[in-house]
Amino acid sequence: MAIRRGRGVAAINYPTGMNLGGDPTQALVHSTPTGNFMVTLSSVDLGQGMKQIMAQICAETIGVPTDRVVVDTADTDTGPHCMGTFASRGTHRAGNAVIQAAREARQVMLEVAAEELEVNASDLETDGQGNILVKGAPQKSISIFDVALSAHFKRGRSISGRGMFLIPRSYPEKETGAMKPSTCYAHACTVAEVEVDDETGEVTVLTVKNVFEIGRALNPKMVEQQLVGGSWMGISHALYETTEPYYPNRDHGGTDFNQYLMPGPGDLAETEIIVLERPSADGPYGAKGPGEMCANPQIPAVANAVFDAVGVRIDTLPITPERILRALKAQAAN
Amino acid sequence: MELRKNYFADVRKDDLHEIGQPRPRSDSPGHVTGKTAFFADRNFPGMLHLKMVRSPHHHARIRSIDASEAERHPGVVRVLTAKDVPHNVYTILILIQIGPEDETVLADGKVRWKGEAVVAVLAETERAAQEAVAKVKVDYEVLPAVFDMEEALKPGAPLVNEYHGQNYYLYDSGECRKVRFGDVEAGFAGADHVLEQSYQSSPIEHAPTETTGCLVVPEGNDRFTCYTNTQAMFFTLDNTSIILQMPGSKLHFVGGTVGGGFGGKVDVIVEPIAILGAKLTGRPVCFIYSREEEMQISSPRAAEKIVIKDGVMKDGRIVARKVTGYTDAGAYSRHSPYGAQKGAGHYPGPYTIPNVWIDTYCVYTNRTPSSAMRGFGVTIGDFALEVQMDKLARLIGMDPLEFRFINAYRDGDMKAHRQPTEGAALIECMQEASRAANWPVAEKFMAMTSYVKGA
Repeated sequence: MAIRRGRGVAAINYPTGMNLGGDPTQALVHSTPTGNFMVTLSSVDLGQGMKQIMAQICAETIGVPTDRVVVDTADTDTGPHCMGTFASRGTHRAGNAVIQAAREARQVMLEVAAEELEVNASDLETDGQGNILVKGAPQKSISIFDVALSAHFKRGRSISGRGMFLIPRSYPEKETGAMKPSTCYAHACTVAEVEVDDETGEVTVLTVKNVFEIGRALNPKMVEQQLVGGSWMGISHALYETTEPYYPNRDHGGTDFNQYLMPGPGDLAETEIIVLERPSADGPYGAKGPGEMCANPQIPAVANAVFDAVGVRIDTLPITPERILRALKAQAAN
Repeated sequence: MELRKNYFADVRKDDLHEIGQPRPRSDSPGHVTGKTAFFADRNFPGMLHLKMVRSPHHHARIRSIDASEAERHPGVVRVLTAKDVPHNVYTILILIQIGPEDETVLADGKVRWKGEAVVAVLAETERAAQEAVAKVKVDYEVLPAVFDMEEALKPGAPLVNEYHGQNYYLYDSGECRKVRFGDVEAGFAGADHVLEQSYQSSPIEHAPTETTGCLVVPEGNDRFTCYTNTQAMFFTLDNTSIILQMPGSKLHFVGGTVGGGFGGKVDVIVEPIAILGAKLTGRPVCFIYSREEEMQISSPRAAEKIVIKDGVMKDGRIVARKVTGYTDAGAYSRHSPYGAQKGAGHYPGPYTIPNVWIDTYCVYTNRTPSSAMRGFGVTIGDFALEVQMDKLARLIGMDPLEFRFINAYRDGDMKAHRQPTEGAALIECMQEASRAANWPVAEKFMAMTSYVKGA
C-alpha cells in the first residue's frame, strides 16, 4: 500500500454566448450635466464583476477614465432588454452593446466639442484623462466636463447613444446537423498532478496548471478571480460533488453542506493560471467568454492523472474514494 | 496569473487605456465590508412567507387535496392550488419557440418527481407557513417511476410526462439532435484500432452562497415590484407575464448583485407564484429557498451518459468518431433540450476528424428537473472526450499531449457541423502547458501554429 503520484492533461474549447445565437442584449449610454457617463442595462451581475467590466468598456470607447462611468443595471423599468447572464455571454453580448451605445454618445460629444472649439469633429481626439484635443495641436483642447455643460445648457444636445448586439439565430439542418453554434471559442489546456492513496482511495490534487486563451483579458485581476474560481470548481466536480451519490438511485442526496461534499480550503490545489490572448473578430476589444470553460478542463485532467497514478479508469463522476477502491479491487482480482 | 503576450502578438494591438488595466472592482469594498445589498436585505411591513407542500413520491396521481386544516392554522392567510394559477402549464423556453409547455407551476392531478410543488401556503411567519404545510392532506395514488435513462427509453417504460408523449424530447430532427459528417462506418473500417467507451456523470448542485428567492410588493399603482436574484430579468418577467396572464407592464423586476448563479437562477420558479400570492392577498410576499430546497428541489446539472466510439490510426490520426449523448432532463424540459442540443454542436471536440456521427438525446425520468449549469451540454462532454483522448493515446503508445497536437483543429479546418474553424488557439494553449508543466513534446509540435502567421 502506497501513495502513488500521477499527472494528466486535457485540452478543450468552449463557445461564447447562447448556443445557436439569437440572444440579444441592448445598452443605453448618456452623459450627466458635468460629463460623467451612465450605462443603463438590464443585465445581472452575478458577483463576477460585470458592472465593472461594462464601466471599463464604456470608458475605453468614450475616452474617459473608468471612474467617470456609472453602471445602472438589473432594473426592468429603466434598463433595455438583456437575454440574461449565462452561457458565457455577459461580457461578449453586453460589451458589444455598450461599445455601440458609447460610440454614438462619443460622436455627439465630439460634435459639441467641435462647435466649442470651432473645428471639425473628425479632427478631435480624447486623451483618456477627461479632455478632448485637436489632433496635432493638443494645446487647443476642452474638458469633457465643459463639453457636457455646453451640451446640456447651451447647445441643447443629448450626449447619448443606443447599442444593440444580436447574433442571428442559426437553425440546425435536420439531417446533417449543419449549424452555427457560436461565433468565437475560448480555449484551455490543463495539466493536473495528483497523489492517490491506494489503501483509502483518497485523491489529493497537488498542482493544477491551467493555460486559458480568452481573446482579451479586459481586466486581468478580474479574469484571474474567475479563472481561479473556475479551476477550483473543476476539481470539485471531478472528485466531490453530486446531489445523487448513487445515481440513478434517488436516495442519499445531500441536503446541506455537511452532506453535500465540496473541497474546503485545505483541499485546494496549488493553482497556476496562464492567459493567452487571441482577440476574437466580434468580441468587445477582442474578448471571448471564459466564464464557463474555465471549470471544464480540470475534470478530465484529474481523471487522467488518477489513471496515471494507480492504473484504473474511473469513467463515472465524481471520482470518489469508493469508486477508486472498487476499481483497484477489481484490478487485483484480474 | 501570468499574461503571455508573446503569443498572437502579431494579431493584437496593445494600445488601449482602460481595457487591460487591473482596475479594482467598484463593488468589492461593499462585498468585503458587508455593505452590499442583496435582494433579501429588504423587509416590508406585513410581508407574508410562502412555503410549498411538496410531493413525497417520485410519481403519483393526486386523488384529492384537503387544505382546510392548513387554512385554519393560526397565521395562515391564503392557500394556493393549481386552479389559482391562470396559465398553470408552461415551459420557459417557449419565449424562443422551444415547446411544448410541459410543466405545472402547482401540480394538477399528478406529480412527476419527489419534491414537486403541489400547494403553496402564505402565512404571517415562516414558521406558521411551515406548520401549515404539514397540515395539508394530499391523497396520492403512487405510480411506477423510472430513474434510469436506458430503462426510460425502453418500450413499456412508465411515461414520465404526458405533454411529450414519450420519454425523450422530440426535436425537428426526430428523437435526437443529429450531426452527420463524412462516412463514419467507412472510417471505422479503415482504422487501425477502434475503441468504444462509455462515460457517466451524476447530477451536480450549483451551491451558490445565496439561495434562490424573491420578494414581491404590490404597489399602489396596480403594479408589482419583484426584487429577485434571477440571472435573467426580462426572461423571468416575460415568462411570469405568460404564467399569470398579466400584462408585462404591470411587472417591475429589480435585481442587483447576486450571490452566485452558475446557471441555477435561470429557471423561472419562485417569481410567478410569489407575485400571484401578492396579487391575491394584496400583501408583500417573500419566497426564498431553504438550503435543502436549493440542493434537492432547484434544478441541478443534468446527469449525462456519453458513449464515444473512435477509429484511430497508428500514426495518431483519429479518422472517425461517433458520439451518443444522453442528458437526464428529469421530469420536465426546462433548459435540458437546449443543453443536449448544445452538446451536438460541441462534439467531436476541438479536433479535426473527417468522419463524425453525433446523436444527442434529452431523456425524461422521475427526478428533479435538471437545467442550466455552468457549461452544461459541454462540461461532461469534455470529461468524456478528454479521457477518451488519453485512452486512445495510450492504446497506440503515443504521448497524450503529442496525440492532441496531431488532431488539434486549426483555422480553416471544417468542423463536423460544417462551419470552418476561425480563431483557433488550442495548439498555443498546449504549447504553453507543455512549458509550464515541464511536459516536453517534439519540436515539430512546438513549431505549429493555429493560423498562418502574417496572413
